[in-house]
Amino acid sequence: MIEARQLKKRFGAVTAVQDVSLTALDGRITGLLGPNGAGKSTTLRMLYTVLRPDGGEAFIDGISVTERSLEARRRMGVLPHGAGVYPHLTARENITYFGELHGLSREDCEVRATELIGLLDMADFADRQAKGYSQGERLKTALARALVHAPQNILLDEPTNGLDVRAVRTLRALLLKLKATGRCILFSSHVMQEVGVLCDEVVVIADGRVVAAGTPEELRERAGTADLEEAFVRFLEPAASHS
Amino acid sequence: MRSILIVLRKELRENLRDRRTFLSALLIGTVLMPLLVAMLVNLTVRRGQSQDNKPVTLSVVHGERAPNLIADLGQYRIEIKAVNLDDAAARRAVSGQQRRIVLAIPENYASQLAAGLPAPVLLYSDSSDAAAAADVGRVRAVLARHSSGIARLRLMARGVDPTVLSAIAIQDIDVATPTSRSVLILGTLTYMILLTMLMGGLHVTLDATAGERERGSLESLLTVPVRREQLIYGKILAASVFMLLSLTLTVCAMAVSLRFVGLENLGMNVNLNALTILQLIGCCAPLAPLGASLMTIVAAFTRSYREAQTYVGLVLLIPTLPLIFASTLGLRPTLWLMMVPSLSQHFMVTGLLRAEPVSVLFAGLSVTVSLALGGIAAFAAGRLYHREALLG
Repeated sequence: MIEARQLKKRFGAVTAVQDVSLTALDGRITGLLGPNGAGKSTTLRMLYTVLRPDGGEAFIDGISVTERSLEARRRMGVLPHGAGVYPHLTARENITYFGELHGLSREDCEVRATELIGLLDMADFADRQAKGYSQGERLKTALARALVHAPQNILLDEPTNGLDVRAVRTLRALLLKLKATGRCILFSSHVMQEVGVLCDEVVVIADGRVVAAGTPEELRERAGTADLEEAFVRFLEPAASHS
Repeated sequence: MRSILIVLRKELRENLRDRRTFLSALLIGTVLMPLLVAMLVNLTVRRGQSQDNKPVTLSVVHGERAPNLIADLGQYRIEIKAVNLDDAAARRAVSGQQRRIVLAIPENYASQLAAGLPAPVLLYSDSSDAAAAADVGRVRAVLARHSSGIARLRLMARGVDPTVLSAIAIQDIDVATPTSRSVLILGTLTYMILLTMLMGGLHVTLDATAGERERGSLESLLTVPVRREQLIYGKILAASVFMLLSLTLTVCAMAVSLRFVGLENLGMNVNLNALTILQLIGCCAPLAPLGASLMTIVAAFTRSYREAQTYVGLVLLIPTLPLIFASTLGLRPTLWLMMVPSLSQHFMVTGLLRAEPVSVLFAGLSVTVSLALGGIAAFAAGRLYHREALLG
């Protein structure tokens, strides 16, 4: 479970995140939705501990990300925005490297890597060096790397960016599979449709604040429209007139 | 500790597959540098030899007017070449560099000589031509000797002891040994060794820091449950390993190439055997972690591999500074100077190549201080990687 309470983050004069609170439950897929520059990446970065919040708190399975960040990291699998892989290692080696850093024994790493390579349909490139990978192959490698330690919580920052339809479908299927095993999944996107198809919960943020949260149905109802995209735009309007 | 080793192993594996590492760590150290040094040394040795042994060619106009003088010149390994030039032609020939030195015997030479009056000779040379200076000096010396020889004979003929001419007897005592004359070469050697060593870790450091950030793998790496400084220590260690590899190859390759050149020509009777090679490696190696940490620190402030390359190149200049001071100020090893990294390595390498005993205290001091500074720099690098600006 992922909980954020009134997170705040400033970079110099710019306030990237003003006030974000959200809860992502186990066995559910939560979407963090917002236009570019709304503060999605900054929020996720605070949750996965590479940025320190200026205010507020966040907990991963009840563990504070600021006070016990190493323990919190152990319970997270993270796919940052535009995640790159090591070009001179094979996909398998990329995966086992992270497994070892997560404290897995080398044998366990090999077993997990083989498992993930099967799960993500990576067999035909898994033992080739990563320098010639396509974007889809790179993403699969980075994703497998993030999942090597079978984390309870999975955070993905704009995972579908730049992927073709097939790769998006593979990713979607994987997220649903992970959800079925009771994992907590939080991912960000600026594409409404994607969130509508996949998410059980949606948190809409704009200008560093949460402007709406609930199931897709609830959001449609509250906005008084059957079209989710229209609902999204309506939620953003007050925020836009604000600033 | 385990995490550091995991990072170290991964960086080694990845970089051994990288052609750029291969070029910077292995090829430059093994092939280019020794070749360069060998050429340099060879050139210096040859030049020293040629100045002493090569006969000087002297163009003489109307040599038949002074047969004794010409015979005397010939005895001192000065090759006479008879030419026929008037004054203007002689000037042109020398300034146009067709002839280095021209000696002209005027018509009245013999008559003046017979009359016991100063007999004129004309010596054309170009004092701005540094290469000719030694040759001119030799010709001049022979002329002076010939002149004083005649003067002595004249005095004796008049019943005067010729020693009255020698009011002062100068005895030249040159303390320069061939070894100390080769200080410049030794300084260059040390610099080459230290430079190739640092270059060996250059690509690894840049790739593991700025490169990792540019590729977007850094952020993923920072989400693993390992403290950031441990990740950095692993990377610094990997760079140090490549530096040591490069150092070993360079020293071995230099030993081989210097053996072909023949250092005894420089008066360095150093026996470049396995023990000396080990000692050379041993005294330079402690500088590796310091170099790797400094590069890592510099790379922490840059946004891309290319930018890092520019600034880290400056780190490569740092070891030159003490060497410049050492050669311009003529520094000798002291307790304090042995605490200066790169300078202390220079002293030890120089000492080893001259086959001088290296003080255990000095060696210990150099190793300890270099390693300690490396530790401090590594710690600082670890702290720097806690900055949030790192993610860019």
